[in-house]
Amino acid sequence: MRRALAGCLALSVAAPPLGVFLVLRRMSLMSDVLQHGVLPGIAVGAAVGGLSVWAMGAGGVLAGLAVALLAGWFARRTGMGEDSQLAGLYLVALAAGVALVSAQRGIDLTHLLFGSVLAVDNTALLAMAGAATLTLPVLAVIWRPMVLESLDPGFPSGPGGLWHGCFLALVVLCVVSGFEALGTLMSVGLMMLPAIAARHWSGSLAGQVSLAVALAIAASFLGLLISFNVEIPAGPAIVLTAGGFWVVSLLAGPREGLLRARARRS
Amino acid sequence: MGFVVTPKPIRLEHLTLRRGGRVLVRDLTGTFAPGSLTAVTGPNGAGKSTLLLTLSGALPGRIDRDPKTIALLPQEGRLDRSFPISCRDVVALGCTARVGLFRRIGPEQYAVADRALAAVGLGGLGARPIGALSAGQFQRVLFARTIVRDAPIILLDEPFSAVDAATEADLMAIIRGWHQQGRTVIAVLHDLDLIRAEFPNTLLLGAESCAWGATDDVLTGRAIRQARLRAAVPPPVHAIAVEEAA
Repeated sequence: MRRALAGCLALSVAAPPLGVFLVLRRMSLMSDVLQHGVLPGIAVGAAVGGLSVWAMGAGGVLAGLAVALLAGWFARRTGMGEDSQLAGLYLVALAAGVALVSAQRGIDLTHLLFGSVLAVDNTALLAMAGAATLTLPVLAVIWRPMVLESLDPGFPSGPGGLWHGCFLALVVLCVVSGFEALGTLMSVGLMMLPAIAARHWSGSLAGQVSLAVALAIAASFLGLLISFNVEIPAGPAIVLTAGGFWVVSLLAGPREGLLRARARRS
Repeated sequence: MGFVVTPKPIRLEHLTLRRGGRVLVRDLTGTFAPGSLTAVTGPNGAGKSTLLLTLSGALPGRIDRDPKTIALLPQEGRLDRSFPISCRDVVALGCTARVGLFRRIGPEQYAVADRALAAVGLGGLGARPIGALSAGQFQRVLFARTIVRDAPIILLDEPFSAVDAATEADLMAIIRGWHQQGRTVIAVLHDLDLIRAEFPNTLLLGAESCAWGATDDVLTGRAIRQARLRAAVPPPVHAIAVEEAA
């Protein structure tokens, strides 16, 4: 339990800033695709290397990167909307992943999809903390090019696509590192929901990031508490808590909040 | 802005511009002389933006120029105005072209940004988020950013498309200032009266033919009518070689 909390706290610091950028760059759907796309990789990793976090994690990272690259390539080649390519990819990846995992004995599909507090052993904790430790400095370095690129894609900001590639790699890393605790179906929840909620409170990039981290930390605490007491898996518990924060923000937030909009109209 | 590095000429030799697989301009040859002030005009889809993007290096193309000396002010639709950033930060980020992507942007650079904002008439509005600006104000912010970049060659892609007459007059004064400082300025414009009044040189990109030279020679009634005709495949371009009509 303590290990799960420590791991989730590590993720709560590293993942939400990525989520803020995903929302700003209108890539929220991509986050969904990535989280589903890693599942077949995890299954293959487990088949090849057993149930070790490293094998499954490596498989997940490779699959995630492949999906990210494929989605971009499809979009550029076909000229069709990126969202339709992404939808196709994620459905196929998810189905393939579930099929592969089900075909293996020894892996509990529910744990893999939804996470389990008890599944977080020292290796899993190391993975989560390691991902966070890698993500934060790299994000700090690519921060300014990312802002430049998001604001004005034409402004010279170094080799084209480099920062985007780094950024996607970080997203994949965070998504995969959390799969033991949160499950692959939900690990993006801690990345996205706090970021989406924070938009309703703050109009500055720094403000959104800080608030998103705070909300993620709170969701981790409360969610794990709920998961432990009510006996539902950790992933849904944490994501529901984060979702609760989001609903409150959506209703009552000073920026683009629903209740404010209604009050203004009447 | 003080000392300006003298711009080099930009030579186009048999340049062909493509967009989305279609050839927009075929075999364009000519030179933008150092310090020249040129308007690029023509019907929609003629390749004006494509030319500027190719000159700045955003699109690939073999042109004899150093892209690091070129600043591009993009069409206003290309920027994400909902991004949570203040005017001051947008302008200060223009320093990265000189300071580099990773060096600190400190009080010096912010002072430069503040001066640029004052120069475009947005003196007190530095802290305002760009999402809260009108179209005219946002265009001024982009001009301020271009001032900060201090480039010898400045490209402007439809700088006046969404602004009112007062803003246009203010920004045109800044363009005149750049020209007086000896920078090469190339602007995509649709307003032929403005071009005739302010721009000594014009490059007219048309579907049937192009013309490039002194504005009075290029913007004849016949040339303008011809440029409006659309052809399925653009024929080769016969460009009049340009010398600066200062």
